[in-house]
Amino acid sequence: MSILSLSGLSRSFGGLKAVDGVGFEAASLDITAVIGPNGAGKTTLFNLISGSLSPDSGTVLFDGSDITGMKPFKVARRGMARTFQAIKLSKRMTALENVMIGRHVRSRAGFLSGMLAAPWTRAEERSIREESMKAIELLGIAEYRDRETGGLPFGIQRSVELARALASEPKLLLLDEPASGLNLRETRLLAELIVAIRDRGVSILVVEHDMSLVMDISDQIVVLSFGRRIAQGRPREIQSNREVIDIYLGEEDA
Amino acid sequence: MRGQLFLQYLFSGLIYGSIYAVVAIGFNIIYNATGIINFAQGEFVMLGSMIASALSGRMPLALAIAAAVVLTTAAGVAVERLFLRRVARGGVLKMIVTTIGLSIVIREAALMAWGEGVRTLPFFSGNEVSSLTLLGAHFSPQILWIVGITALIVAGLTLFFRLTMAGKAMRGCSANREGASLCGIDPRRMVTLAFGMSAGIGALGGCVVAPLTQTHYAIGAGLAIKGFTVAAFGGLGNSVAAVFAGLLIGMLESFSIILVPEAYKDVVTICVLLILLFAKPSGLFGSKAASSLKEY
Amino acid sequence: MRRYAPALVCALCAFLLPPLLAATKTAYLLTQLTMSAYYVLASLGLCALMGYAGQISLGQAGFFAIGAYASSFLSTLNLTKLAASPIVRLLDLTGLLSRGSDLYGAPLLSLSPWLAFLAAILLAAAIAALIGTPVLRLKGHYLAMATLGFGLVIERIVRGSKILGGADGLSNVPPFTILPGLAVAGGRSARAANFAIAWIVLALGLLALVNLVSSRAGRALRALHDGEEAAGAMGVDTARYKLNVFIIGAVYAAIAGALLTHYNGSIGPGEANVMKSVRYVAIVAVGGMANLTGTLVAGLALNFLSLRGVFGRFDDAVFGLILIAVMLFAEDGQRLLRSSLGALTAARGRAGRRKGPQA
Repeated sequence: MSILSLSGLSRSFGGLKAVDGVGFEAASLDITAVIGPNGAGKTTLFNLISGSLSPDSGTVLFDGSDITGMKPFKVARRGMARTFQAIKLSKRMTALENVMIGRHVRSRAGFLSGMLAAPWTRAEERSIREESMKAIELLGIAEYRDRETGGLPFGIQRSVELARALASEPKLLLLDEPASGLNLRETRLLAELIVAIRDRGVSILVVEHDMSLVMDISDQIVVLSFGRRIAQGRPREIQSNREVIDIYLGEEDA
Repeated sequence: MRGQLFLQYLFSGLIYGSIYAVVAIGFNIIYNATGIINFAQGEFVMLGSMIASALSGRMPLALAIAAAVVLTTAAGVAVERLFLRRVARGGVLKMIVTTIGLSIVIREAALMAWGEGVRTLPFFSGNEVSSLTLLGAHFSPQILWIVGITALIVAGLTLFFRLTMAGKAMRGCSANREGASLCGIDPRRMVTLAFGMSAGIGALGGCVVAPLTQTHYAIGAGLAIKGFTVAAFGGLGNSVAAVFAGLLIGMLESFSIILVPEAYKDVVTICVLLILLFAKPSGLFGSKAASSLKEY
Repeated sequence: MRRYAPALVCALCAFLLPPLLAATKTAYLLTQLTMSAYYVLASLGLCALMGYAGQISLGQAGFFAIGAYASSFLSTLNLTKLAASPIVRLLDLTGLLSRGSDLYGAPLLSLSPWLAFLAAILLAAAIAALIGTPVLRLKGHYLAMATLGFGLVIERIVRGSKILGGADGLSNVPPFTILPGLAVAGGRSARAANFAIAWIVLALGLLALVNLVSSRAGRALRALHDGEEAAGAMGVDTARYKLNVFIIGAVYAAIAGALLTHYNGSIGPGEANVMKSVRYVAIVAVGGMANLTGTLVAGLALNFLSLRGVFGRFDDAVFGLILIAVMLFAEDGQRLLRSSLGALTAARGRAGRRKGPQA
């Protein structure tokens, strides 16, 4: 049963075909990695899946439903969460408040109830706070919860973003280069964390440059080059794939 | 419609269309150099005509106009160097709000200096009753001045931007700021130049229409929004299109009297702006690609 | 609970200030203080839009005018001639009409002020909903220009329409009876009561926004302001949220306009002027953009001073200068404020003190 099924996905910018007829399936509860040299179209692919961009052609099936071209907030409501390559947190809000945004899709209170401070919203707020704290504790950043994220160390900010995505209890988590900017030790911890998250029942789709991380934790690897899928398989298969090695020749990866 | 009335509307459209086009050109020069909309653009037009009017009693008209243009240019430069340069780091919105504040202050200063009264300038040639005849239509010679000077402004700017070093430098800056500065062009000087030019052109435009439209301290705001409508219509940054758009809008406004009571004349133009913004913000003649090729 | 303090203070002032001013023989100040409260209400609505949703609007005065004119037009509309028509009969049966007599003693049959008021608010909300969707898709200067255009259109319409009184506006606007014995109206005898009404309304309006900011929707708005893309990815329907704040801002302005009109007994096209919109923006800017308390204090102070005539002929110029000054110095001012606050909290030790947008 695949959690994500892409077929014939294409998107051009001007004359440039950033993503060209890409199709693959990501199995439920797998950790699927998307790799490829710079400019291969990985981030564009992510944006097509999450709805930030709409494809010129092709379809995206998420958990059985067609979400092609759906607006990001609708996709999020269906159980897809993502992190961003450049950290996109609310700098002026605390870590806890940022994570609480993650609970937005799991709560209902609207403008009117908010303005009137309707009694039933108090219970909901409590639950939002509790669930957010769970995510924060899972990532081990509880000591930072009341600090403005703008002033936090980079690695901690990444954790806050991850906690935010987790708080939404997604079925599928999209991670956009989660290891970028992390040192060796932090990357190790990240690898363990991703596996732990998957083991809690979240399918993972990750774009990453760090090959050791990818080879270490992935169940499936999809390789893109110049917008096309050129290979897919288990880590060992990919490692010995001639074409894949070719496109990486000249690139220094761990 | 009677021929005379038609011509009256036509000429009115021509006159006001020209001044809107001049304001739009001023908007475009600054937009191309800085990416911001200068809400105070209309005030430059007001300043030019008011200063010239104040001076015209004491010196020959040509001198008064020249002085007004120079002084308004100085005002434009001052505005940029004293205020906008400081706010530039804060982002586009901050600069916009600053220009709004500046337009108010300039307007109030004009009110304090010259009062509420409506002022005018002497006709450049002849007087208010002289008229020329072309194809049976009577019109004031001032109209020729307006058309002529607007054409001169457009021609002059085209030559400036194509042939002079400064002009090419400005175009380089607007196309690629970093690249230009790597070539030794100081972007900040270009911005100052842009403001100076916009102010001077606005002042000149204000002077040439003043004999027919009169002027007073509060004309700036209306001109700004109409000038913006024209600029947006032609595609922000495209001044050649602005001229055509200006005439179009001027005519539209003038002839709208047929359908709509005079009191609502402005509403027509503003509705055009709103429809434009909602439907095709890149302008009638513009497109996303064209706006990246912005000329002057 | 600290965030409720400003609203509570307003409510307290509603009852404590009148006797205090009466005792110091400065009761005449109540009039300007009442009017200031209504103007601040409009500014608060704008603060929600500008500070929390990050959208600039130069058309707030337009919504103020819509509320003011609609409410006064509907409550001065003489339906006597149409008394026979079925609709009017129906309204009469349901008690939604009020009877009186005009200046000359002739019978006056009009919509009850409550009905007029509610209709005016609904109208403002409807117009906001209508233009909000396309307007809010715009960014930066296009948004500023579009809202400016909207404000100008409203001003031209109310100034140019005979039926709305043209340049003279509408007068003889009847009092708005909120409860038996309690009405929004001019007149010295009702001065203290009206002051209380205005400041209670202000307190309630502030309370609603304070609640909003710390609610789920408010959190989403703040996230939206800080990054639309991330907010959308987290499930926030950014377009709808922006529209909702826009409508809230419009409703606040309309309520303020309607109530002020009943208080003054008249309304003129000057209230729809662009300069008024600029004032609302200036007040929000001085207050600190996303700072409700700041807007409250700055608004009360500046409006009161302006209404007292302290700025004299330079009234408009002052607000223009304020805008410029805030733009020039606000960043530095805020940074200064933060670093001194930071020094204070550091001195208290790392007690995990909460920071964030002030409510």
